[in-house]
Amino acid sequence: MGSYRGVQDRTFAGLATLSAGTVILLVVGIFVALLAGSGPSIREFGARFLFAQEWNPVSQQFGALSSIYGTLLSTGIAMVIAVPLSLIIALFLVELAHPAVSRVVGGAIELLAAIPSIIYGMWGLFVLAPVMARYVQPFIGKWAGDLPLFTGPPIGIGMLTAGIILALMILPFITSVTRDVFNMVPDVVKESAYGLGATTWEVTRQVTVRHGIMGIVGACFLGLGRAIGETMAVTFVIGNTHRISPSLFAAGNSIASTLANEFTEAAENLYLSSLIELGLVLFLITFLIQLAARIWLQRTRRKLGVTR
Amino acid sequence: MKERSIGFRRNIDLVVKALSGLAALTGIAFLVWILIVIVVKGLGAIRPEFFTQLPAPPMMPGGGLGNAILGTGIITTLATLIGVPIGLMAGIFLSEFGRDSFLAELVRYATNILMGTPSIIIGVFVYVIMVAPMGGFSGYSGSVALAIIMLPVVARTTEDMLNLVPDAVRESALALGAPRWKATVGVVFRAARTGLVTGSLLAVARVSGETAPLLFTALNSPFWPRSLSEPTANLPVTIFNYAMSPYVDWQAMAWGSSLLITTVILGITVLVRTILGRRKTT
Repeated sequence: MGSYRGVQDRTFAGLATLSAGTVILLVVGIFVALLAGSGPSIREFGARFLFAQEWNPVSQQFGALSSIYGTLLSTGIAMVIAVPLSLIIALFLVELAHPAVSRVVGGAIELLAAIPSIIYGMWGLFVLAPVMARYVQPFIGKWAGDLPLFTGPPIGIGMLTAGIILALMILPFITSVTRDVFNMVPDVVKESAYGLGATTWEVTRQVTVRHGIMGIVGACFLGLGRAIGETMAVTFVIGNTHRISPSLFAAGNSIASTLANEFTEAAENLYLSSLIELGLVLFLITFLIQLAARIWLQRTRRKLGVTR
Repeated sequence: MKERSIGFRRNIDLVVKALSGLAALTGIAFLVWILIVIVVKGLGAIRPEFFTQLPAPPMMPGGGLGNAILGTGIITTLATLIGVPIGLMAGIFLSEFGRDSFLAELVRYATNILMGTPSIIIGVFVYVIMVAPMGGFSGYSGSVALAIIMLPVVARTTEDMLNLVPDAVRESALALGAPRWKATVGVVFRAARTGLVTGSLLAVARVSGETAPLLFTALNSPFWPRSLSEPTANLPVTIFNYAMSPYVDWQAMAWGSSLLITTVILGITVLVRTILGRRKTT
């Protein structure tokens, strides 16, 4: 009986270890498979792939620059909008709102994260883009049209619209982590500042934010990682042209949107391989962001003395 | 610090407070805006035929997306059957066996990376390892892609939920002579039941709207799903194709599908929240 039980237990532990190993195997597997799939493209273009702008399936010339540029620009716009907005919403939830209000509002903000990417895309293309074209872009053009950032016809779709939608999508993630960070600041610390006569804003800016700055940066990394690989919402509204334009109104593309649009159409080996290499670039970017976030959060934990 | 009058400081404080309230309102306004648009534009497409019939050619009246609804159901169910058990076992490893070992730390790190990997990359990966070698798009590969996305989510919540169970419970079971697996499945699992179910539900909710990983795995099809070894109709890719088409009636169908998917996902999310919220207060 004893050995029978031992076999059962060892099988169970073995299965658990195997399942856990699957996760490691998958991460390694993704890297290896993408690298192998990129083979023809890497041999043909080498490092030029990253810096060439031309993307032409007819002449079989593939360069990733416009996709990388679009990924970074749309993500940048999203961060510029989402980070301050998230911080100030977290401030509202933690310091200002009545607990009941805070729970309802916080829950609603978190629901933004549950809406699938493709729904944001539909809404962005059919609802937000026309609003941008009719009201927002002409308005910005009127006041800041001399800047190269805001030139071009107000067509509604393009980098700015993609960035705004991305901002909406990462807002709940940054808000929720920032809220937890704010909540972690000990009440005694805040109360001491209030006791010295500081206003709510002064306590937030000089005590809460300073106390939780590393956690807030960690939250921003989280949002960044989300935004950079977002596919469907961006594909709907970014315009999908392989062009680099300084204007935020112009259409462009991102790594993810290029993959979504062109992958099933790629008949030639080199075309397909170039697309897989684009995927590899995106995987490496998100990998690096997560590595940075992990190192950062570990330092935070150590500094705050929080053990997991 | 600069010397400022109390009036000035109070006014700044007031402005910031107003702004923060406004920001929170803005967030909610967008949520409400999106939801209203989906309901208003989608409700018209929801008729009985929508659930039971095959799609009609563009500009032809009638037709539905019964095949895509069924296909999404099948693909997601198979993905759940693959992803949840492996995820549960991985979570068990982390909380019961691995704990603070080097291997467990490595698995945790890999879980985080996998969770942060864009879903379209998972699609490319499954294309390279399954679709290309097997010579064609298939429902199976779609299920595998979704399962890979579920796996780290389930593993993480399982570990968190099992960690909430006190060690005394494990020790009592073992002291009564229960084998390790029985102590885990029969006792620890039972104690963490609610959390495990809700975690798995959240993972299902998360993948049922996923489009990017299905684009080059399950692809799409205008027919009823016959076999998962061929391209299989599914709602998310149908929404993408129909929304991008120039036909108004196809776009209306896309809105109908959006309403259906959003209702299901938000329904699961709110349900899970309520269950967890209730447990926390008791």
